[in-house]
Amino acid sequence: MKKVLSLVFVLAGLVLFNSCSKKIEEQNMQYPMINPTKPDANAGTWKPILLTTANEFACPAPIVTTSPDYIIQLNEIKSFQNQISNDERKLVEYWGAGAVLRWNEIMRELVALHNLPPYENPDGTYPIPSANNPLAYPTFPFANPPYAARAYAYLSASQYDALVATYYYKQLYNRTAPFNVDATIQTLLPKSTLPSYPSEDAAVLGVSVEMLKLLFPGDQDYINQRAEEHRKARLISGANVRSDLDAGEALGKLVAAKFVARARGDRAGASVGNATLWTKLKNDCIARGEIPWISQENPERPPMLPAFGAVRTFLFDSLTMVTSIRPGPPPSTGSQQFKTELEEVYNFSKGLTREQLRISIFWADGLRTYTPPGHWNYIAANDFANEHFSEPRWARNMALLNMAMMDAAVACWDAKFTYFNPRPSQMDTRIKTPIGLPNFPAYISGHSTFSAAAATVLGYIIPSKALQYTDWATEASLSRMYGAIHYRSDCEVGLTTGNKVGAFAVNRGHTDGAE
Amino acid sequence: MGKVSTTNFMIMGNYGVTKKLNLLFGLPYIKTKASAGQMAGQKGLQDLSLWLKWVGYEKHIGKGDLQAILIGGYSTPVSNYSPDILPLSIGLHSQAATGRLMIDYQWNHWFGTASWSYVARNNVKLDRYTYYTTEMHYSNEVKMPDASQWNFRAGYRSDVLIAELVLNKWTTLGGFDIPRNGMPFVSNKMNATTIGLNVKYETPLNGLSVVANGSATLAGRNVGQASGFNAGVFYIIDFSRKEKTEKKDDKSKK
Repeated sequence: MKKVLSLVFVLAGLVLFNSCSKKIEEQNMQYPMINPTKPDANAGTWKPILLTTANEFACPAPIVTTSPDYIIQLNEIKSFQNQISNDERKLVEYWGAGAVLRWNEIMRELVALHNLPPYENPDGTYPIPSANNPLAYPTFPFANPPYAARAYAYLSASQYDALVATYYYKQLYNRTAPFNVDATIQTLLPKSTLPSYPSEDAAVLGVSVEMLKLLFPGDQDYINQRAEEHRKARLISGANVRSDLDAGEALGKLVAAKFVARARGDRAGASVGNATLWTKLKNDCIARGEIPWISQENPERPPMLPAFGAVRTFLFDSLTMVTSIRPGPPPSTGSQQFKTELEEVYNFSKGLTREQLRISIFWADGLRTYTPPGHWNYIAANDFANEHFSEPRWARNMALLNMAMMDAAVACWDAKFTYFNPRPSQMDTRIKTPIGLPNFPAYISGHSTFSAAAATVLGYIIPSKALQYTDWATEASLSRMYGAIHYRSDCEVGLTTGNKVGAFAVNRGHTDGAE
Repeated sequence: MGKVSTTNFMIMGNYGVTKKLNLLFGLPYIKTKASAGQMAGQKGLQDLSLWLKWVGYEKHIGKGDLQAILIGGYSTPVSNYSPDILPLSIGLHSQAATGRLMIDYQWNHWFGTASWSYVARNNVKLDRYTYYTTEMHYSNEVKMPDASQWNFRAGYRSDVLIAELVLNKWTTLGGFDIPRNGMPFVSNKMNATTIGLNVKYETPLNGLSVVANGSATLAGRNVGQASGFNAGVFYIIDFSRKEKTEKKDDKSKK
């Protein structure tokens, strides 16, 4: 009887132990509050990306801190601060990690939500998401890696320009923060030494809302909700009065319009191509004497964004891309080198070690994830948080990173559809993959190109980690061979190409005034 | 992917500690395969399960015998397989603790059994540090929903033959649905109602029995509509004068 009882107790203990150990601490809730070592008060002198000058868009002079309207705004803060709930405190802490950080994170969330390919129609064709009807299935967008790379780039670049403008006007108008005007205002965040008008947080939220609405038009309710949270957090924290926020947001919206106009004309809208193009790609490849890429999906699906290579890049022009960046052709499908590389992929697929599987899963970033560019955004966010950058420096660094990865996507897709080479599983049906096979040609590897570009930029921004970034880029590249979906040439030439693209971003970094 | 199939080789044991207390264990080796597409099947030793079965209450009622049985179980993965490649992963890689209450009534050779189980599951660790359920999670650890199970059996039991019809309903208490054209994930809300037929026959050979069963899925959510067949052999090892052990080799195809 004692034996039975003790055994029952052991089992009960196990059950309790299991249910108690379930609390998970998520990494994105552990960021410190933004508290820059260098406030970068002169960010208004940095070189914008699209704005002609920091003051291209007007920002009205603020009312003085002694005016009755300003006093009303101080009282608004006090009414919030009179009774701060636990939830409100958490909100302040959450948004206190940084505006650029949190809006980047929001975009990663939307990318992951929308990273699902459309399901086939009953007749075997595939429907295409429509920006004009984003909530109808298939919902708009299909946030695949090129789409995501472009989205992150527009968000980061526009945030940067909005902050350059904001910091210009901060210095110009020099209106101090509410906690300096009235000592009874509590400060729930580290005190900024800079003028609070216009609000940098509001500029970021103002520009981000517009860019997110362009790129995720079916999610406006969610986007507006997050924006309202952010505004409220700033007021509760005592860091801004309402007019700081209004001015910042208005400025952000004006800056966004310029980026939206560029986006509408950057040829991404045509990147899906059409049946004529898809047939032409195949026939041109055959005419070159090579075996063309064929979709391995059932039913066959048109290749993903075949015209993305024509999208307007940020860091170099299209002539430069074709003459300096576009790689030479992959090994011919009839060559010995091709046979050797194909055999190598087959060997990986047959004898994959547990560690190699771990690496291919870790870097896969496939369906329902933030995509490889998103992964590097996450790495950057974690590392930037430890560097204690100011908001404009966050934005400048994210912009360099994401413009590099968007241009890497363009260069990569340009190569893929110039050469249109087949995937290993198409050429050797014995090859089985532990991860999903993307529905587009192999050469060059997207993971390799994105990762090398990212590692080059991040290694410039945080030199002490440059070797680690390069190691990670190499591992991300290898992960695609372990996954049996790429040949060695795809990966090596991808890394080289990514490095070339990254160098353009670093060069911009040398001249943008932020160094 | 075509048709996903799972092949299962299992070793099971049942040790009679006392007349009322049994200790059971099971360890499967599982192999998965897709009949189409290029996704690779997985294989490996899956989860070891240990069970204690205690006949807490017995009473002769009417023309038959009623038993109330309390069962506690614990299972844990024994190899480092990845649960992140569903539907081809060989398991969910979660430690689970189960509590089960079983009522059995037998008169002459006919019987009916009903049981209810609660399964508490521990968190699962992935090879990646972010994942998306209904929102982004920045962790490699996944919170697993618990599950409950109803099981009803009815059939014939004699010294030589057991034949029973089984209805089983597994409900995951939480989790989320696979999005359209998405891939399954460990913490999906997996539900399944299955029906099956079990037969066990004791051969004239001393202590050797053969067992076979077939099952089909009647309804489900976030799981494959699976049908299965298995066959096995087991024999009784008589360790000493009074105690009896049974060992069973079971090859099943689902």
